[in-house]
Amino acid sequence: MNIVNILEEIEKVDGDIYERLSPRRRAMQQFYKYGSKAAIAAIPLGLGTMFNKAYGQAVPAGVIAVLQYALTLEHFEYRFYERGSVLAPIPAGADKTAIDAIRDSELKHVNFLRTVITAAGATPVAEKAVYDFTAAGTFPTVFTSYTTFLAVAQVLEDTGVRAYKGRAGELLGQKVYLTAALGIHAVEARHAAKIRYMRRLNGHVPTIKPYITGGNDSGVPAANGNYGGAIPESNVNQAGVVITTLPGASGTISVNAATEAFDEPLTAAEVLALVAPFGVS
Amino acid sequence: MDQQTAVEKNGTGDSLLEKKIHRRKFFKFSSVAVASAAFIASCDKDDNNDGVNLGSGDVGILNYAYALEQLEAAFYTQVVANAAFSTAFTADERSFLTDIRDHEIAHREFFKTAITAAAASSIIPALEVDFSTINFANKASVLGTAMAFEDLGVTAYNGAGYLLKDANYLLLAGKIVSVEARHAALIRELITANTFLGDQVDTNSVNLSRTPLEVLAIADTYIVTKINASNLPTG
Repeated sequence: MNIVNILEEIEKVDGDIYERLSPRRRAMQQFYKYGSKAAIAAIPLGLGTMFNKAYGQAVPAGVIAVLQYALTLEHFEYRFYERGSVLAPIPAGADKTAIDAIRDSELKHVNFLRTVITAAGATPVAEKAVYDFTAAGTFPTVFTSYTTFLAVAQVLEDTGVRAYKGRAGELLGQKVYLTAALGIHAVEARHAAKIRYMRRLNGHVPTIKPYITGGNDSGVPAANGNYGGAIPESNVNQAGVVITTLPGASGTISVNAATEAFDEPLTAAEVLALVAPFGVS
Repeated sequence: MDQQTAVEKNGTGDSLLEKKIHRRKFFKFSSVAVASAAFIASCDKDDNNDGVNLGSGDVGILNYAYALEQLEAAFYTQVVANAAFSTAFTADERSFLTDIRDHEIAHREFFKTAITAAAASSIIPALEVDFSTINFANKASVLGTAMAFEDLGVTAYNGAGYLLKDANYLLLAGKIVSVEARHAALIRELITANTFLGDQVDTNSVNLSRTPLEVLAIADTYIVTKINASNLPTG
Protein backbone atom coordinates (compact mmCIF):
# COMPACT_ATOMS: atom_id res chain seq x y z
CA MET A 1 0.00 0.00 0.00
CA ASN A 2 1.28 3.42 -0.90
CA ILE A 3 0.17 5.95 1.69
CA VAL A 4 1.83 8.83 -0.12
CA ASN A 5 -0.08 7.95 -3.23
CA ILE A 6 -3.46 7.98 -1.54
CA LEU A 7 -2.81 11.26 0.22
CA GLU A 8 -1.80 12.86 -3.06
CA GLU A 9 -4.90 11.44 -4.72
CA ILE A 10 -7.11 12.84 -2.01
CA GLU A 11 -5.33 16.18 -2.21
CA LYS A 12 -6.41 16.52 -5.83
CA VAL A 13 -10.06 16.56 -4.85
CA ASP A 14 -9.72 17.85 -1.33
CA GLY A 15 -7.06 20.50 -1.17
CA ASP A 16 -7.60 20.75 2.56
CA ILE A 17 -6.67 17.16 3.37
CA TYR A 18 -3.41 18.12 5.02
CA GLU A 19 -5.19 20.81 7.00
CA ARG A 20 -7.70 18.24 8.12
CA LEU A 21 -5.00 15.86 9.18
CA SER A 22 -3.10 18.57 10.96
CA PRO A 23 -3.34 22.32 11.17
CA ARG A 24 0.38 22.46 10.57
CA ARG A 25 -0.02 21.81 6.89
CA ARG A 26 3.50 22.15 5.64
CA ALA A 27 4.87 20.04 8.42
CA MET A 28 2.43 17.27 7.53
CA GLN A 29 3.23 17.46 3.84
CA GLN A 30 6.92 17.25 4.50
CA PHE A 31 6.34 14.36 6.81
CA TYR A 32 4.35 12.34 4.30
CA LYS A 33 6.42 13.19 1.31
CA TYR A 34 9.85 12.86 2.82
CA GLY A 35 9.22 11.02 6.08
CA SER A 36 11.35 8.06 7.02
CA LYS A 37 10.42 4.61 5.83
CA ALA A 38 9.80 3.58 9.40
CA ALA A 39 7.34 6.41 9.96
CA ILE A 40 5.49 5.64 6.75
CA ALA A 41 5.36 1.93 7.49
CA ALA A 42 3.80 2.66 10.85
CA ILE A 43 0.97 4.76 9.43
CA PRO A 44 -1.35 2.06 8.04
CA LEU A 45 -2.03 0.71 11.53
CA GLY A 46 -3.70 3.92 12.55
CA LEU A 47 -4.85 5.02 9.14
CA GLY A 48 -8.56 4.43 9.56
CA THR A 49 -8.50 6.40 12.80
CA MET A 50 -6.51 9.15 11.14
CA PHE A 51 -9.03 9.59 8.34
CA ASN A 52 -11.95 9.33 10.70
CA LYS A 53 -10.51 12.17 12.72
CA ALA A 54 -9.71 14.13 9.55
CA TYR A 55 -13.27 13.97 8.29
CA GLY A 56 -14.89 14.05 11.69
CA GLN A 57 -16.61 10.71 11.27
CA ALA A 58 -16.09 7.18 10.06
CA VAL A 59 -16.37 6.49 6.33
CA PRO A 60 -20.01 5.41 5.89
CA ALA A 61 -20.53 1.68 5.39
CA GLY A 62 -22.43 2.44 2.20
CA VAL A 63 -19.38 4.12 0.71
CA ILE A 64 -17.16 1.16 1.62
CA ALA A 65 -19.68 -1.21 0.04
CA VAL A 66 -19.55 0.67 -3.26
CA LEU A 67 -15.75 0.65 -3.22
CA GLN A 68 -15.67 -3.10 -2.55
CA TYR A 69 -18.15 -3.67 -5.36
CA ALA A 70 -15.95 -1.65 -7.71
CA LEU A 71 -12.88 -3.60 -6.61
CA THR A 72 -14.67 -6.90 -7.18
CA LEU A 73 -15.33 -5.92 -10.79
CA GLU A 74 -11.89 -4.42 -11.35
CA HIS A 75 -10.18 -7.61 -10.12
CA PHE A 76 -12.08 -9.52 -12.75
CA GLU A 77 -11.48 -7.00 -15.54
CA TYR A 78 -7.77 -6.86 -14.85
CA ARG A 79 -7.46 -10.67 -14.88
CA PHE A 80 -9.45 -10.86 -18.11
CA TYR A 81 -6.92 -8.62 -19.88
CA GLU A 82 -3.94 -10.14 -18.12
CA ARG A 83 -4.92 -13.64 -19.25
CA GLY A 84 -6.05 -12.34 -22.65
CA SER A 85 -2.76 -10.60 -23.24
CA VAL A 86 -0.92 -13.88 -22.61
CA LEU A 87 -3.31 -16.33 -24.25
CA ALA A 88 -5.46 -14.66 -26.89
CA PRO A 89 -4.27 -14.31 -30.51
CA ILE A 90 -4.02 -10.52 -30.38
CA PRO A 91 -2.23 -9.08 -33.43
CA ALA A 92 1.19 -7.68 -32.56
CA GLY A 93 1.54 -3.93 -32.90
CA ALA A 94 -1.14 -1.33 -32.19
CA ASP A 95 -3.77 -3.84 -31.07
CA LYS A 96 -1.48 -5.57 -28.58
CA THR A 97 -0.34 -2.17 -27.32
CA ALA A 98 -3.96 -1.14 -26.75
CA ILE A 99 -4.92 -4.31 -24.87
CA ASP A 100 -1.85 -4.10 -22.67
CA ALA A 101 -2.60 -0.44 -21.96
CA ILE A 102 -6.12 -1.32 -20.85
CA ARG A 103 -4.75 -4.19 -18.75
CA ASP A 104 -2.37 -1.81 -17.02
CA SER A 105 -5.15 0.72 -16.52
CA GLU A 106 -7.33 -1.92 -14.82
CA LEU A 107 -4.45 -2.97 -12.58
CA LYS A 108 -4.04 0.63 -11.49
CA HIS A 109 -7.73 0.74 -10.63
CA VAL A 110 -7.33 -2.43 -8.57
CA ASN A 111 -4.37 -1.07 -6.65
CA PHE A 112 -5.98 2.33 -6.21
CA LEU A 113 -9.22 0.89 -4.84
CA ARG A 114 -7.32 -1.42 -2.51
CA THR A 115 -5.44 1.58 -1.18
CA VAL A 116 -8.58 3.69 -0.76
CA ILE A 117 -10.49 0.92 0.97
CA THR A 118 -7.61 0.23 3.34
CA ALA A 119 -7.29 3.93 4.06
CA ALA A 120 -10.99 4.00 4.88
CA GLY A 121 -10.38 1.39 7.55
CA ALA A 122 -11.71 -1.71 5.78
CA THR A 123 -10.12 -4.84 4.32
CA PRO A 124 -10.20 -4.93 0.50
CA VAL A 125 -12.03 -7.89 -1.02
CA ALA A 126 -9.66 -10.48 -2.42
CA GLU A 127 -9.45 -11.46 -6.05
CA LYS A 128 -11.22 -14.72 -6.87
CA ALA A 129 -8.76 -17.61 -7.19
CA VAL A 130 -10.37 -18.76 -10.42
CA TYR A 131 -12.57 -17.12 -13.05
CA ASP A 132 -14.38 -18.82 -15.88
CA PHE A 133 -13.74 -16.50 -18.81
CA THR A 134 -15.93 -18.65 -21.06
CA ALA A 135 -18.90 -17.66 -18.86
CA ALA A 136 -19.86 -21.27 -18.24
CA GLY A 137 -19.31 -22.20 -21.87
CA THR A 138 -21.04 -19.22 -23.51
CA PHE A 139 -17.76 -17.97 -24.99
CA PRO A 140 -15.65 -21.14 -25.50
CA THR A 141 -13.23 -19.34 -27.83
CA VAL A 142 -12.67 -16.28 -25.65
CA PHE A 143 -8.89 -16.81 -25.58
CA THR A 144 -8.48 -18.65 -28.88
CA SER A 145 -10.36 -16.27 -31.18
CA TYR A 146 -9.46 -12.58 -31.36
CA THR A 147 -12.96 -11.81 -32.58
CA THR A 148 -14.51 -13.43 -29.51
CA PHE A 149 -11.97 -11.86 -27.19
CA LEU A 150 -12.79 -8.33 -28.39
CA ALA A 151 -16.52 -9.05 -28.31
CA VAL A 152 -16.34 -10.15 -24.68
CA ALA A 153 -14.09 -7.19 -23.88
CA GLN A 154 -16.66 -4.78 -25.28
CA VAL A 155 -19.46 -6.34 -23.30
CA LEU A 156 -17.42 -6.23 -20.10
CA GLU A 157 -16.38 -2.59 -20.60
CA ASP A 158 -19.88 -1.40 -21.43
CA THR A 159 -21.14 -3.30 -18.39
CA GLY A 160 -18.44 -1.77 -16.22
CA VAL A 161 -19.50 1.73 -17.25
CA ARG A 162 -23.10 0.89 -16.40
CA ALA A 163 -22.07 -0.64 -13.06
CA TYR A 164 -20.28 2.48 -11.82
CA LYS A 165 -23.11 4.69 -13.03
CA GLY A 166 -25.66 2.60 -11.16
CA ARG A 167 -24.04 3.21 -7.80
CA ALA A 168 -22.88 6.82 -8.10
CA GLY A 169 -25.96 7.93 -6.20
CA GLU A 170 -24.74 6.08 -3.11
CA LEU A 171 -21.71 8.38 -3.11
CA LEU A 172 -23.82 11.56 -3.36
CA GLY A 173 -21.93 14.55 -1.98
CA GLN A 174 -18.84 12.47 -1.15
CA LYS A 175 -16.22 14.74 -2.67
CA VAL A 176 -13.29 12.33 -2.48
CA TYR A 177 -15.03 9.04 -3.20
CA LEU A 178 -17.54 10.23 -5.78
CA THR A 179 -14.94 12.18 -7.74
CA ALA A 180 -12.63 9.16 -7.77
CA ALA A 181 -15.47 6.84 -8.84
CA LEU A 182 -16.53 9.22 -11.61
CA GLY A 183 -12.91 9.40 -12.71
CA ILE A 184 -12.71 5.61 -13.03
CA HIS A 185 -16.14 5.53 -14.67
CA ALA A 186 -14.91 7.88 -17.40
CA VAL A 187 -11.81 5.77 -17.98
CA GLU A 188 -13.95 2.64 -18.38
CA ALA A 189 -15.95 4.56 -20.97
CA ARG A 190 -12.73 5.44 -22.79
CA HIS A 191 -11.77 1.74 -22.75
CA ALA A 192 -15.20 0.79 -24.08
CA ALA A 193 -14.97 3.31 -26.92
CA LYS A 194 -11.50 2.05 -27.84
CA ILE A 195 -12.50 -1.63 -27.87
CA ARG A 196 -15.56 -0.82 -29.97
CA TYR A 197 -13.43 1.15 -32.43
CA MET A 198 -10.97 -1.76 -32.64
CA ARG A 199 -13.80 -4.14 -33.51
CA ARG A 200 -14.86 -1.75 -36.27
CA LEU A 201 -11.35 -1.25 -37.67
CA ASN A 202 -10.68 -5.00 -37.61
CA GLY A 203 -13.87 -5.60 -39.56
CA HIS A 204 -15.34 -7.80 -36.82
CA VAL A 205 -18.43 -5.59 -36.68
CA PRO A 206 -17.89 -3.06 -39.48
CA THR A 207 -20.72 -0.73 -38.48
CA ILE A 208 -20.30 -0.65 -34.71
CA LYS A 209 -19.65 2.76 -33.17
CA PRO A 210 -17.72 3.83 -30.06
CA TYR A 211 -21.05 4.61 -28.37
CA ILE A 212 -24.04 2.34 -27.76
CA THR A 213 -26.60 2.53 -30.57
CA GLY A 214 -30.09 1.36 -29.63
CA GLY A 215 -29.88 -1.60 -27.26
CA ASN A 216 -27.53 -4.57 -27.63
CA ASP A 217 -25.45 -3.50 -30.63
CA SER A 218 -22.57 -5.84 -29.76
CA GLY A 219 -23.50 -8.61 -32.17
CA VAL A 220 -23.43 -10.97 -29.18
CA PRO A 221 -26.98 -12.26 -28.53
CA ALA A 222 -25.87 -13.73 -25.19
CA ALA A 223 -25.18 -10.17 -24.01
CA ASN A 224 -28.78 -8.94 -24.25
CA GLY A 225 -28.91 -8.61 -20.48
CA ASN A 226 -25.77 -6.49 -20.44
CA TYR A 227 -27.59 -3.90 -22.52
CA GLY A 228 -30.99 -4.46 -20.92
CA GLY A 229 -32.07 -4.15 -17.31
CA ALA A 230 -34.59 -1.99 -15.49
CA ILE A 231 -33.36 1.02 -17.47
CA PRO A 232 -32.14 -0.49 -20.75
CA GLU A 233 -29.63 1.15 -23.06
CA SER A 234 -32.50 1.58 -25.53
CA ASN A 235 -34.15 4.08 -23.15
CA VAL A 236 -35.02 7.46 -24.69
CA ASN A 237 -36.84 8.97 -21.69
CA GLN A 238 -34.53 11.05 -19.51
CA ALA A 239 -36.12 12.38 -16.31
CA GLY A 240 -39.47 12.61 -18.03
CA VAL A 241 -38.06 14.25 -21.15
CA VAL A 242 -38.54 12.11 -24.26
CA ILE A 243 -35.37 12.87 -26.19
CA THR A 244 -36.85 11.85 -29.54
CA THR A 245 -39.40 14.68 -29.27
CA LEU A 246 -36.69 17.35 -28.95
CA PRO A 247 -35.57 19.42 -31.96
CA GLY A 248 -32.48 18.08 -33.71
CA ALA A 249 -30.25 19.43 -36.48
CA SER A 250 -33.17 18.76 -38.81
CA GLY A 251 -36.50 17.51 -37.53
CA THR A 252 -36.48 15.77 -34.16
CA ILE A 253 -33.62 13.81 -32.61
CA SER A 254 -33.41 10.27 -34.00
CA VAL A 255 -33.76 7.16 -31.88
CA ASN A 256 -30.15 6.27 -32.65
CA ALA A 257 -28.84 9.65 -31.49
CA ALA A 258 -31.13 9.63 -28.45
CA THR A 259 -29.83 6.26 -27.28
CA GLU A 260 -26.20 6.98 -28.16
CA ALA A 261 -26.23 10.30 -26.30
CA PHE A 262 -27.10 8.79 -22.92
CA ASP A 263 -25.54 5.72 -21.31
CA GLU A 264 -27.74 3.91 -18.81
CA PRO A 265 -27.09 2.40 -15.37
CA LEU A 266 -27.32 -1.17 -14.11
CA THR A 267 -28.15 -1.99 -10.50
CA ALA A 268 -25.72 -3.99 -8.39
CA ALA A 269 -28.07 -6.98 -8.45
CA GLU A 270 -28.25 -6.83 -12.25
CA VAL A 271 -24.47 -6.61 -12.64
CA LEU A 272 -23.72 -9.38 -10.15
CA ALA A 273 -26.14 -11.68 -11.93
CA LEU A 274 -24.55 -10.86 -15.28
CA VAL A 275 -21.02 -11.62 -14.11
CA ALA A 276 -21.95 -14.66 -12.03
CA PRO A 277 -21.29 -17.11 -14.92
CA PHE A 278 -17.71 -15.78 -15.00
CA GLY A 279 -17.27 -16.79 -11.38
CA VAL A 280 -17.08 -13.17 -10.18
CA SER A 281 -19.92 -13.27 -7.67
CA MET B 1 7.87 17.83 -20.49
CA ASP B 2 9.11 15.37 -23.08
CA GLN B 3 9.15 16.00 -26.80
CA GLN B 4 6.06 13.97 -27.50
CA THR B 5 3.99 15.70 -24.88
CA ALA B 6 5.08 19.07 -26.16
CA VAL B 7 4.07 18.22 -29.70
CA GLU B 8 0.76 16.82 -28.56
CA LYS B 9 -0.02 19.86 -26.48
CA ASN B 10 0.87 22.20 -29.29
CA GLY B 11 -1.22 20.16 -31.65
CA THR B 12 -4.29 20.66 -29.51
CA GLY B 13 -3.63 24.23 -28.60
CA ASP B 14 -4.32 23.18 -25.04
CA SER B 15 -1.35 24.84 -23.44
CA LEU B 16 -2.04 28.00 -25.41
CA LEU B 17 -5.58 27.88 -24.15
CA GLU B 18 -4.47 27.56 -20.60
CA LYS B 19 -2.10 30.50 -20.87
CA LYS B 20 -4.82 32.73 -22.23
CA ILE B 21 -7.05 31.59 -19.47
CA HIS B 22 -4.81 32.53 -16.64
CA ARG B 23 -4.75 36.07 -17.97
CA ARG B 24 -8.41 36.32 -18.74
CA LYS B 25 -9.48 34.45 -15.68
CA PHE B 26 -7.91 37.12 -13.52
CA PHE B 27 -9.85 39.92 -15.13
CA LYS B 28 -13.10 38.21 -15.82
CA PHE B 29 -13.60 35.71 -13.06
CA SER B 30 -11.62 36.93 -10.12
CA SER B 31 -13.07 40.38 -10.42
CA VAL B 32 -16.57 38.99 -10.70
CA ALA B 33 -16.09 36.71 -7.74
CA VAL B 34 -14.65 39.42 -5.56
CA ALA B 35 -17.16 42.02 -6.64
CA SER B 36 -20.05 39.65 -6.24
CA ALA B 37 -19.15 38.76 -2.71
CA ALA B 38 -19.32 42.40 -1.79
CA PHE B 39 -22.19 43.70 -3.88
CA ILE B 40 -24.46 41.03 -5.26
CA ALA B 41 -26.13 40.28 -1.98
CA SER B 42 -27.47 43.80 -1.92
CA CYS B 43 -28.24 44.04 -5.63
CA ASP B 44 -31.33 42.87 -7.39
CA LYS B 45 -30.26 40.17 -9.85
CA ASP B 46 -31.94 41.90 -12.78
CA ASP B 47 -30.28 45.19 -12.06
CA ASN B 48 -26.63 44.22 -12.19
CA ASN B 49 -24.45 43.82 -15.24
CA ASP B 50 -22.35 40.94 -14.05
CA GLY B 51 -23.27 38.79 -17.00
CA VAL B 52 -25.38 35.67 -17.25
CA ASN B 53 -25.74 34.28 -13.75
CA LEU B 54 -25.64 30.49 -13.60
CA GLY B 55 -27.45 30.61 -10.29
CA SER B 56 -27.03 28.49 -7.20
CA GLY B 57 -27.57 24.94 -6.00
CA ASP B 58 -28.35 22.08 -8.34
CA VAL B 59 -29.96 24.41 -10.88
CA GLY B 60 -26.70 26.36 -11.03
CA ILE B 61 -24.80 23.17 -11.84
CA LEU B 62 -27.39 22.22 -14.46
CA ASN B 63 -27.02 25.66 -16.05
CA TYR B 64 -23.26 25.16 -15.99
CA ALA B 65 -23.66 21.87 -17.87
CA TYR B 66 -26.16 23.53 -20.22
CA ALA B 67 -23.62 26.24 -21.01
CA LEU B 68 -20.96 23.65 -21.90
CA GLU B 69 -23.37 21.62 -24.01
CA GLN B 70 -24.40 24.80 -25.85
CA LEU B 71 -20.75 25.39 -26.65
CA GLU B 72 -20.15 21.83 -27.87
CA ALA B 73 -23.34 21.69 -29.93
CA ALA B 74 -22.56 25.02 -31.58
CA PHE B 75 -19.05 23.84 -32.42
CA TYR B 76 -20.07 20.56 -34.06
CA THR B 77 -22.97 22.23 -35.85
CA GLN B 78 -20.49 24.58 -37.46
CA VAL B 79 -18.09 21.70 -38.23
CA VAL B 80 -20.73 19.75 -40.12
CA ALA B 81 -22.19 22.84 -41.84
CA ASN B 82 -18.83 24.03 -43.16
CA ALA B 83 -18.40 23.86 -46.94
CA ALA B 84 -15.16 21.92 -46.55
CA PHE B 85 -16.73 19.20 -44.40
CA SER B 86 -17.15 16.78 -47.30
CA THR B 87 -13.58 17.17 -48.51
CA ALA B 88 -11.56 17.69 -45.33
CA PHE B 89 -12.76 14.49 -43.65
CA THR B 90 -13.08 10.81 -44.53
CA ALA B 91 -16.51 9.17 -44.71
CA ASP B 92 -15.98 7.57 -41.30
CA GLU B 93 -14.91 10.86 -39.76
CA ARG B 94 -17.94 12.64 -41.22
CA SER B 95 -20.20 9.96 -39.85
CA PHE B 96 -18.69 10.24 -36.35
CA LEU B 97 -18.66 14.04 -36.30
CA THR B 98 -22.28 14.15 -37.42
CA ASP B 99 -23.22 11.64 -34.71
CA ILE B 100 -21.44 13.69 -32.08
CA ARG B 101 -23.16 16.86 -33.28
CA ASP B 102 -26.50 15.12 -32.79
CA HIS B 103 -25.50 13.86 -29.32
CA GLU B 104 -24.47 17.33 -28.19
CA ILE B 105 -27.68 18.83 -29.56
CA ALA B 106 -29.60 16.16 -27.64
CA HIS B 107 -27.73 17.10 -24.47
CA ARG B 108 -28.32 20.82 -25.02
CA GLU B 109 -32.02 20.41 -25.73
CA PHE B 110 -32.41 18.02 -22.81
CA PHE B 111 -30.93 20.54 -20.36
CA LYS B 112 -33.01 23.33 -21.84
CA THR B 113 -36.19 21.34 -21.29
CA ALA B 114 -35.23 19.91 -17.91
CA ILE B 115 -34.09 23.21 -16.42
CA THR B 116 -37.17 24.98 -17.75
CA ALA B 117 -39.32 22.34 -16.07
CA ALA B 118 -37.43 22.54 -12.78
CA ALA B 119 -36.84 26.30 -12.52
CA ALA B 120 -38.09 28.21 -15.56
CA SER B 121 -37.06 31.59 -14.16
CA SER B 122 -33.48 30.47 -13.56
CA ILE B 123 -32.48 29.06 -16.94
CA ILE B 124 -29.65 30.85 -18.72
CA PRO B 125 -30.26 32.17 -22.24
CA ALA B 126 -28.58 31.02 -25.45
CA LEU B 127 -24.90 31.93 -25.26
CA GLU B 128 -22.99 33.80 -27.93
CA VAL B 129 -19.93 31.85 -29.09
CA ASP B 130 -16.74 32.89 -30.88
CA PHE B 131 -14.96 30.22 -32.93
CA SER B 132 -12.79 32.65 -34.89
CA THR B 133 -9.62 30.89 -33.72
CA ILE B 134 -10.73 27.62 -35.32
CA ASN B 135 -10.07 26.78 -38.97
CA PHE B 136 -13.16 24.73 -39.82
CA ALA B 137 -11.70 23.72 -43.20
CA ASN B 138 -8.70 22.12 -41.55
CA LYS B 139 -8.96 18.62 -40.09
CA ALA B 140 -6.23 19.10 -37.52
CA SER B 141 -7.77 22.33 -36.25
CA VAL B 142 -11.24 20.80 -35.96
CA LEU B 143 -10.14 17.54 -34.36
CA GLY B 144 -7.73 19.31 -32.02
CA THR B 145 -10.50 21.60 -30.83
CA ALA B 146 -12.94 18.70 -30.57
CA MET B 147 -10.48 16.81 -28.40
CA ALA B 148 -9.99 19.82 -26.14
CA PHE B 149 -13.76 20.28 -25.79
CA GLU B 150 -14.46 16.60 -25.09
CA ASP B 151 -11.64 16.20 -22.59
CA LEU B 152 -12.74 19.43 -20.93
CA GLY B 153 -16.34 18.23 -20.75
CA VAL B 154 -15.32 15.01 -19.02
CA THR B 155 -13.27 16.84 -16.41
CA ALA B 156 -16.15 19.29 -15.92
CA TYR B 157 -18.78 16.66 -15.16
CA ASN B 158 -16.35 14.70 -12.99
CA GLY B 159 -15.43 17.78 -10.99
CA ALA B 160 -19.00 18.99 -10.49
CA GLY B 161 -20.62 15.67 -9.60
CA TYR B 162 -20.13 15.97 -5.86
CA LEU B 163 -21.71 19.44 -5.83
CA LEU B 164 -25.10 18.00 -6.79
CA LYS B 165 -27.57 17.36 -3.98
CA ASP B 166 -30.18 15.42 -5.95
CA ALA B 167 -29.22 11.85 -6.87
CA ASN B 168 -31.45 12.01 -9.95
CA TYR B 169 -29.39 14.87 -11.35
CA LEU B 170 -26.19 13.02 -10.49
CA LEU B 171 -27.43 10.00 -12.42
CA LEU B 172 -28.22 12.21 -15.42
CA ALA B 173 -24.76 13.74 -15.28
CA GLY B 174 -23.35 10.20 -15.13
CA LYS B 175 -25.35 9.16 -18.18
CA ILE B 176 -23.91 12.06 -20.16
CA VAL B 177 -20.30 12.09 -18.94
CA SER B 178 -19.55 8.55 -20.08
CA VAL B 179 -20.76 9.49 -23.56
CA GLU B 180 -18.48 12.53 -23.49
CA ALA B 181 -15.65 10.19 -22.48
CA ARG B 182 -16.49 7.92 -25.42
CA HIS B 183 -16.36 10.96 -27.71
CA ALA B 184 -13.05 12.05 -26.21
CA ALA B 185 -11.51 8.61 -26.74
CA LEU B 186 -12.80 8.44 -30.31
CA ILE B 187 -11.58 11.90 -31.30
CA ARG B 188 -8.20 11.10 -29.75
CA GLU B 189 -8.01 7.87 -31.76
CA LEU B 190 -8.88 9.77 -34.95
CA ILE B 191 -5.90 12.03 -34.29
CA THR B 192 -3.37 9.44 -33.03
CA ALA B 193 -3.90 5.71 -32.45
CA ASN B 194 -3.74 4.51 -28.85
CA THR B 195 -4.18 7.91 -27.22
CA PHE B 196 -7.64 7.09 -25.85
CA LEU B 197 -6.39 7.78 -22.33
CA GLY B 198 -3.48 10.05 -23.19
CA ASP B 199 -2.66 12.73 -20.67
CA GLN B 200 -6.20 12.74 -19.27
CA VAL B 201 -5.56 10.24 -16.46
CA ASP B 202 -3.46 10.41 -13.32
CA THR B 203 -1.02 7.79 -12.03
CA ASN B 204 -3.95 5.66 -10.79
CA SER B 205 -5.56 5.76 -14.26
CA VAL B 206 -8.34 7.94 -12.84
CA ASN B 207 -9.66 10.60 -15.24
CA LEU B 208 -8.76 14.15 -14.29
CA SER B 209 -11.40 16.55 -12.96
CA ARG B 210 -11.73 20.33 -12.90
CA THR B 211 -13.67 22.80 -10.81
CA PRO B 212 -16.35 24.89 -12.54
CA LEU B 213 -14.13 27.98 -12.34
CA GLU B 214 -11.24 26.14 -13.97
CA VAL B 215 -13.50 24.84 -16.72
CA LEU B 216 -15.21 28.18 -17.39
CA ALA B 217 -11.87 29.93 -17.56
CA ILE B 218 -10.83 27.57 -20.37
CA ALA B 219 -14.19 27.66 -22.16
CA ASP B 220 -14.20 31.44 -21.89
CA THR B 221 -11.94 31.62 -24.95
CA TYR B 222 -14.92 30.55 -27.05
CA ILE B 223 -17.79 32.19 -25.18
CA VAL B 224 -18.54 35.87 -25.80
CA THR B 225 -21.35 36.06 -23.27
CA LYS B 226 -20.05 36.93 -19.85
CA ILE B 227 -20.80 34.12 -17.41
CA ASN B 228 -21.17 34.75 -13.71
CA ALA B 229 -20.44 31.58 -11.73
CA SER B 230 -20.16 33.28 -8.36
CA ASN B 231 -23.28 31.66 -6.91
CA LEU B 232 -22.39 28.08 -7.84
CA PRO B 233 -21.98 25.73 -4.89
CA THR B 234 -18.38 25.06 -3.94
CA GLY B 235 -18.92 22.13 -1.64
